[in-house]
Amino acid sequence: MTAATIFYALLFYAAFLLCVIGLVYKIADYARTPAPLKIPTTPAPTTAGGVVLRMLREVGLFESLFKANLWIWLFGFMFHVALALVLMRHLRYFTEPVWFWVAWIQPFGIYGGLAMVAGLAGLWARRFLVERIRYISTFSDHLMLALLAGIGISGLLMKFVAHTDIISVKAFFLGLMRFDWQPLPTQPLLLVHLTLVALLIAIFPYSKLLHAPGLFFSPGRNQADNPREQRHIAPWAAALEKAKP
Amino acid sequence: MAAAEVVAPPLKQYPVIPILQAGAMAHSKPYTANAAIQQAIGFPGELVEDWQNKAVAKLGDLLHKYRGLKVYLDACVHCGACTDKCHYFLGTGDPKNMPVARQDLLRKVYRRYFTWAGKWFPKLVGAEDLTREVLDEWNTYFNQCSECRRCSVFCPYGIDTAEITMAAKEIMDSIGMGQKYSNEIIGKVHKVGNNLGLPGPALLDTLQSIEEDLKEETGQDIRLPLNQKGAEVMVITPSADFFAEPHVYSLIGYAKVFHAAGIPWTLSTHASEAGNFGLFIGNYGQMQKIATRVREAALELGVKRLVVGECGHAWRVAYSFWNTLIGPFDFLDPNYPVPQHICELTYDLIQRGAISFDKSANDKYVVTFHDSCNVARASRMGGMPGGQFEIPRAIIRAAANKFVEMDADSIREKTFCCGGGGGILTDELLDLRVKGALPRMEALKNVVDSDGVNFMATICAICKAQFSKVLPYYKFNMNMVGGVHQLVSNAIRLGPK
Repeated sequence: MTAATIFYALLFYAAFLLCVIGLVYKIADYARTPAPLKIPTTPAPTTAGGVVLRMLREVGLFESLFKANLWIWLFGFMFHVALALVLMRHLRYFTEPVWFWVAWIQPFGIYGGLAMVAGLAGLWARRFLVERIRYISTFSDHLMLALLAGIGISGLLMKFVAHTDIISVKAFFLGLMRFDWQPLPTQPLLLVHLTLVALLIAIFPYSKLLHAPGLFFSPGRNQADNPREQRHIAPWAAALEKAKP
Repeated sequence: MAAAEVVAPPLKQYPVIPILQAGAMAHSKPYTANAAIQQAIGFPGELVEDWQNKAVAKLGDLLHKYRGLKVYLDACVHCGACTDKCHYFLGTGDPKNMPVARQDLLRKVYRRYFTWAGKWFPKLVGAEDLTREVLDEWNTYFNQCSECRRCSVFCPYGIDTAEITMAAKEIMDSIGMGQKYSNEIIGKVHKVGNNLGLPGPALLDTLQSIEEDLKEETGQDIRLPLNQKGAEVMVITPSADFFAEPHVYSLIGYAKVFHAAGIPWTLSTHASEAGNFGLFIGNYGQMQKIATRVREAALELGVKRLVVGECGHAWRVAYSFWNTLIGPFDFLDPNYPVPQHICELTYDLIQRGAISFDKSANDKYVVTFHDSCNVARASRMGGMPGGQFEIPRAIIRAAANKFVEMDADSIREKTFCCGGGGGILTDELLDLRVKGALPRMEALKNVVDSDGVNFMATICAICKAQFSKVLPYYKFNMNMVGGVHQLVSNAIRLGPK
């Protein structure tokens, strides 16, 4: 067992724990906090089924962003779809035998990797080229893009330039999942890739990546427009009402 | 702040996103409420000692009460989708009037005191201590937001700057830094029953003189009853309708509709205000207290239906919040929506053939329609999503022959605020109001030039007051703006059918 294996095993356990604990806490916190007033951005669906459809369009197509700005939509959509594809492609490192659909998408996943980096490049360019977006960009906005781009580029380099021993990588991750540690290859590119990925996993619930769970809890999008039909009252507002003479 | 500083930007044929002018509107601040105004509605009279800790504690309290605030402060990724959507940014070029930058004024404080990353790595994530400079910036820029929600339409997460502005105003009120205009008006409602402080006898007098004028003009006994027990409908309308122009012409329109349809109705002195500035300052308790007058008046008069006059934010509060704040309405007629918008009522009567029009009475007008932000993006009319767009337009088409739409990016859910909403319809902010009206004025100019539009109908008391004031700065006639029921009033047939 090399020091690198022990280090990365612990790193991934720690990152995973930080992510899960943070996410569970955040999601529980969102779910627990009441939305005392009906504030969907209208026109809004009037039924729960309609809200599900609106959410699906927001999550799957970025509908509002499409209305707002075609360039941001294009790069943002490209990045997210590509990232999803790449993540699905990576499932092969965590499953044995590999699920058939994961095997089937392998060739597309490579284009996903390219599109992901291209999308990030577009988003990053806007932070420099568009005056308004340059103004609102913070240091952490740039760091986040650097982190994601670093992950994408190191991954692509392993695919196209310096292959790594993916059989051993897979054994390492299956070992992590079964608490039966296996040696990790120590190719530098791989270690860079894995370090950045662990970092991304760890900071997910403590950064603006919270936009992912946040969207599902956004009252502007997830409320049905039916205030006249159904009385909506938060517990603290109901208590306020009872306390009155 | 001298009136001479008011500058209207030139109108362009096509909307152009301005070049950033940092600090362009840093001078624009509202008058601060004095101790008497503050204390009358339960806020500290002046900036409290230890205001910094109290403000942070208040933010913590709001984060527990409002999920929207919490999610909105967390979720923003600085994508920039909202940066060119605010009328105040488009009119002033001040980067802090970009919705995301406005939100960040509060977000940076939230990050500093309520997030792990902001506590440990403030520089990295743009977290900042709540200093006097930050507080002053809040006062400046959260009073340059009309809470119109246009940005929320375009945000991929539905982040609503209005919610953040309201939270900031709520915090400022709680530490004694209130805004004079809004808080003074709230005090008047509690004391007298309406925003204008119009006492009961004066209201009665006004209504009677309108009745006399109508008798002379139409030869008919068109009534505007006040405190009529047992009437079927109680109308709650912005108090501007009682004496301001062009507002009063819509009030006359409502009266003619009830007269022609034979529906017994009444106004109330106790609830002589549809407006609810509790919304603007983000204060649930104030909003509820103001709305409670409506419930009390309805029970007192024994009416069966509640109908709300032409007022944007009032309709938001009535439609979206009344059931929550002052419901349930089990004492009212379940066959009608509660509350009902005057446009819904008029539209239903048109559909049923209960009222009809002589459209030629409006032939002097080429009409366009300005969607008011709170009606468009925070409420509904009728049974279908988007009824708030279709129903007023259907009424205009029924009452007038010539109707033209403005640019598609400036109407319906993409409508631009008039520039005076959210509690900033006050003279010391006139420069901001004039500049904020720019996108609407540009869209209007285009239809004036292409189609000869000479009447912009709207269903909001604030829009009407704001445009009356602002139109001349853009070389338009101030009488171009009026209510939808002003057109109804001109054209409705009153004689026996």
